[in-house]
Amino acid sequence: MQRVAIIRFPGSNCDEDALRAAAGAGTDAYYVWHRDTDLKGADVVVIPGGFSYGDYLRAGAIARFSPAMSAVQRHAAEGGPVLGICNGFQILCEAHLLPGALMRNARLSFVSKPVDVTVENTRTAFTAGYTAGDRLRLPVAHGDGRFVADPETLARLEGDGLVVLRYARAEDANPNGSMNDIAGIASPDGNVVGIMPHPERAVESALGSDDGAPFFTAMAVPAPTGPAATSTAGTP
Amino acid sequence: MTFRVHVRVMPRAGLLDPQGQAVEHALGSLGFAGTQQVRIGRAIELELDAPSADDAVGRARQMCDRLLANPVTEDYELEVEAR
Repeated sequence: MQRVAIIRFPGSNCDEDALRAAAGAGTDAYYVWHRDTDLKGADVVVIPGGFSYGDYLRAGAIARFSPAMSAVQRHAAEGGPVLGICNGFQILCEAHLLPGALMRNARLSFVSKPVDVTVENTRTAFTAGYTAGDRLRLPVAHGDGRFVADPETLARLEGDGLVVLRYARAEDANPNGSMNDIAGIASPDGNVVGIMPHPERAVESALGSDDGAPFFTAMAVPAPTGPAATSTAGTP
Repeated sequence: MTFRVHVRVMPRAGLLDPQGQAVEHALGSLGFAGTQQVRIGRAIELELDAPSADDAVGRARQMCDRLLANPVTEDYELEVEAR
């Protein structure tokens, strides 16, 4: 059974939802406290949403220096899958595991509502269960979700097909002023993924949507030839 | 020697600063006509023991590059004074 480590920081608040979603998908999911230096044999790492360290200084800025993040950096460098959701995405950007940054929402208000997103990249460790172009309804809940990057980085993300989720343009669904309507991106190898929407809050119809479930069922499937195998599944 | 370090972190020019825009709007509502280009950043002060001012500046720069400012979205200025 695939082992999924959910990293808990002081201020994480989507950790239990993430654990339940991962366990429900048939994985052996467990918590790793941010002061731990050992991921306890994790096949997959999830950095859940919340307000780690109260979002002091910048969202994710302090969490990225937690001891567990050094282990996550090593796991990612070896090709291990890492999914950052919301605050987890912010932490991955602060840790330079993903490019760009997440700034205050353009209209300043905290946005908590379901939004429509499209799946653009299905070659990542977490989106293989989708078909490119799939339309998902997923909740967002954030105050700092406006993805920004310098023009070169943005062009590279688009040119290499590294945008994973995009707020649906037809519905004007962008809740935060994110550049190019970006809701999630991946590393070039597809093993590190950061998304603002919360798939763990959309894993069964009783929650209003089960569109997020494939993110977690993907975790239950061992990578064919080691954790980095997703990078060979296709070229950008 | 102990130095007092003043760090001023500002959102990078050209990036949308919704806080600045909201405050600019509020100042206009209060009757402060002609107010423009309001931008909101962050001031950080700290004290630092270092052998020289140059060394203090160097270390403060490292602090900014690694933690106090986000190189993707922010610029910073430093001022160091002996205490």
